[in-house]
Amino acid sequence: MSVIDPSDRYRRREQGLMLLLASPAVIVIVALVVLPVGWLMGQSFYDNGFTLENYRRIFSEDVYWRSFILTFRIALMVTVLTLILGYPVAYAAAHVRRPWDVLILSFVILPFWTSVLVRAYAWLVLLQRTGVANQVLERLGLISEPLALVHNELGTVIATVHILLPFMVLPLYSTMQKIPRELMLAGASLGGGPLHSFLRIFLPLSLPGVIAGVTLVFVLTLGFYITPELLGGGRTIMISMVVSRNVELYNQWGAASAVGVVLLVCVLAIFMAVGRIIPLDKMLGQK
Amino acid sequence: MALIGSMPAFAEEILFVSQGGAYQKAQTVAILDPAAKKLGITVNQDSVPDAWPIMRSQVATGKPTWDVVDVATNFCLRGGEQGIVEKLDFSKIPNAAAMPAEYRSDYSVAYEFYSSVMGYNLKKFPDAASAPKTWADFWDVKKFPGRRSLRNHPLATLEAALMADGVAPDKLYPLDVDRAFKKLEEIKPHITVWWTSGAQSAQLLNDGEVDMVMAWNGRISALAKEGAKVAYTYNQGILQSTSLCVLKGAPNLPTAIKFLNEAVDPVHQANLPLHIDYGPANPKAYDTKVIPEARVKELPSAPDNAKVQALMSYAWWTSAAGEAAEKRWLSFAQK
Repeated sequence: MSVIDPSDRYRRREQGLMLLLASPAVIVIVALVVLPVGWLMGQSFYDNGFTLENYRRIFSEDVYWRSFILTFRIALMVTVLTLILGYPVAYAAAHVRRPWDVLILSFVILPFWTSVLVRAYAWLVLLQRTGVANQVLERLGLISEPLALVHNELGTVIATVHILLPFMVLPLYSTMQKIPRELMLAGASLGGGPLHSFLRIFLPLSLPGVIAGVTLVFVLTLGFYITPELLGGGRTIMISMVVSRNVELYNQWGAASAVGVVLLVCVLAIFMAVGRIIPLDKMLGQK
Repeated sequence: MALIGSMPAFAEEILFVSQGGAYQKAQTVAILDPAAKKLGITVNQDSVPDAWPIMRSQVATGKPTWDVVDVATNFCLRGGEQGIVEKLDFSKIPNAAAMPAEYRSDYSVAYEFYSSVMGYNLKKFPDAASAPKTWADFWDVKKFPGRRSLRNHPLATLEAALMADGVAPDKLYPLDVDRAFKKLEEIKPHITVWWTSGAQSAQLLNDGEVDMVMAWNGRISALAKEGAKVAYTYNQGILQSTSLCVLKGAPNLPTAIKFLNEAVDPVHQANLPLHIDYGPANPKAYDTKVIPEARVKELPSAPDNAKVQALMSYAWWTSAAGEAAEKRWLSFAQK
């Protein structure tokens, strides 16, 4: 806290340089995110002059709330399921020897390169009444009537979990890989059993990866369109579908924009609430 | 054709927009190429599955590039109401004179007909005696057990519900919307899927996912041709059309009108069903003898088939009541 601190000046110059280096990214973000979102917000308040009609509709018609609740419920289910399925996979990939980790990761990444549309149709073929899943169950004598695995919320969740699994596994893997193995050995040397060491040492250290994966999957699910459209049977109407129906029905961008804005506000509110419990910036900054 | 195409500097031209796929290919061979040749104009083509939002934005910019659009008739009418579509001078479209008044409007000329019919699986309903024949049968889950699918859209679905409730096909309009939704609530628990695309409706029936479906006639007949055990009936079908309309301020307006007249010429119109399962919109096409007798029986707009169907009133669907019914659909589907 002296009057002239050379290290302070150095730090300031470093920060200036960093800003300069970051400017292309900033320009891209402004052009592709800030401006369109601003335009979107403007549209939602505009229809030959300032109007709140688009918001009045959202808050007065229960169609919207039903879809919001459904969308958040599906997002929550998908997030929990991908975490339960993805954590052991990431753990295995981070702990096995060389060729095997590549194999595990390639199994995670390969489907990632297939179009979402193709994967949604594939699930349709697998899960429908005459599909492989039902046929196998019937042959095994486990069921007498085909199960309704698709054309409902269940089918939507199954396909969405599959499509978003890589977004959970990859951040988990990158975090787990950085956790020094010696820490677990140290835990063991102090008398902690494997489960105890895992719960007290590994799990807390892997939390940044969990937060990153959960955030990614949750937010991506909120915007899903093709999967509920194809596998939801016309009943599973998620918010993105309401947005598209709005453009079709009301023929104006404002109605659809307003839905988008409300969704954005909801997501931000959730993250702020979660951030009060778990400090997000620290987790994501990995300090 | 190649010659005409190679001298665009002299020839007049238009930009024609349709929905793509097998349908646009068929009309290119049957109507667009012959019409272009006869008029000595170039017909450039574009295809968009959902033209309506683009029609709006094209006109909004003040410099549309499209001339003629082939869309579901309600969009032509709505476009006319909203100043997006040109009002037509029918004295310049003499070929439309032979068409019934319901096939035309101030803003549109019907171009081809298709029908929302009841299709079913022949394995489930193998003979004429056991097959469902009316929408009342479709609603009768005791007499006709099985899984069903309807389109996730109110157009034609509300008409079917009212016919199931006993309304005569020619007494449908103005639609009793409350009564229709009440009837739909009845069948709702038995609807496995509310389909959103024509391809999906065909796939559902083909895969045995459903036993009965409301679908477009061309989709089911295509399946049957591929050997699938499916059939459909025109009885109580809902006869629908796409129409041609001209964008407001179209760059080639006079040529576009000339083309419109040529597009509904009886002979060109009669050519269309030789390439795809849709019916001509100009009834005179059936007098040209171009369409073989056996083929006529399969077409939705053939007089004998049209007789047993309900003709959709696009005027009602573009009215305030129609638009309100359309908006009501979303909350119905969701509950």
